[in-house]
Amino acid sequence: MTANITKSRRGLVIALIVLTIVIILGPLFAIKGAEFEGSDGNGSEMVEEVSPGYEPWFEPILETLIGGELPGEMETLFFCVQTGIGVGVIAYCFGYLVARKRFAGDDSSEGISAGVAGGQPGAATTTG
Amino acid sequence: MKELKEMTQQEKCLLTVSVWIAAFLAIPTAAFGMHIMEGYLPVGYCLAWGAISLPYVVLGVVRLRRLINEERRQLIILAMSGAFIFVISSLKIPSVTGSCSHMTGTGLAAILFGLSSTSVLGLIVLIFQAILLAHGGLTTLGANTFSMAIAGPLVTILLYKAGNSLKLNKLANVFIAVAIGDLFTYCVTSVQLALAYPSAVGGVMASLVKFLTVFAPTQLPLAVVEGLLTVLVVIGLEGFAKRELESTRYAEAK
Repeated sequence: MTANITKSRRGLVIALIVLTIVIILGPLFAIKGAEFEGSDGNGSEMVEEVSPGYEPWFEPILETLIGGELPGEMETLFFCVQTGIGVGVIAYCFGYLVARKRFAGDDSSEGISAGVAGGQPGAATTTG
Repeated sequence: MKELKEMTQQEKCLLTVSVWIAAFLAIPTAAFGMHIMEGYLPVGYCLAWGAISLPYVVLGVVRLRRLINEERRQLIILAMSGAFIFVISSLKIPSVTGSCSHMTGTGLAAILFGLSSTSVLGLIVLIFQAILLAHGGLTTLGANTFSMAIAGPLVTILLYKAGNSLKLNKLANVFIAVAIGDLFTYCVTSVQLALAYPSAVGGVMASLVKFLTVFAPTQLPLAVVEGLLTVLVVIGLEGFAKRELESTRYAEAK
């Protein structure tokens, strides 16, 4: 039953992924030469404009510790770590769910799937 | 119940302490960041937004504890929606205005687990970014939690419920609710900045228009992307974790 639903939605899933990529990459090709700086940065410029001479009263704690701005490459690293943590957890969970369904047959038959997939329920749950 | 109450007290203390620590570690200079940058909100506003957000977070901690203890089945979905916020809010995406911004990712958790639980998940991500990425900030944590993990999700939840009672297609409903919730987050950010920086000419409203024109157009396509990605995850969950999904709030309003 659920397998059929998934199958019939394959087209929708592909369409959604393509649409997402188009929306994300579109501006890159549409607006040539744009710098794509952070709009939060624009926010702080706007603060300067609205109330000139404003001095932020607090420095990011990491910048205080290292005594300067976080190097761009390091920032990329931390962003990647964040993405990596998230993707890792999601991939693990989806992997678990997909395998459970595959080996237990119908995931709505609670007893069976819980029994089969329950090999490491503790491991699966504490990871989250 | 008694144990829960004690826990609340304890958590409250912890959070209050953290807010005060944040408030007192003050030293100036600028940085860019997600939502409102570190040090860009006057102390009074930092504390006020922190105070408004605090009850939601405390309630969220209580709810999450209960969920972890009593609804273990939902744990895997909870982990995924938390991780979803991590991924989504770490991706800087170019927008039609020629600048970059990123999405919030809190809509999924909001639909599945409700407002207070979402506020905790959002707070975790904001703390991560404030400390490691100099993105957002510890002083503006309260304000950013309010906009990203409370106000936006609230709109998402209300729209989702409304859509359900209108018998909208579930996926379309998720898309609309999440996209508008994401947009609303940035509207709230603009309001927060406008309140703190009323324009010399025209006051708060003039300021609000200015900030909105910075955030809103950039955010519009991103809101759409967030809606699409959330729908993708929901499709995945419906396919592989229908049982768990139906025990969350996603199915509540059927």
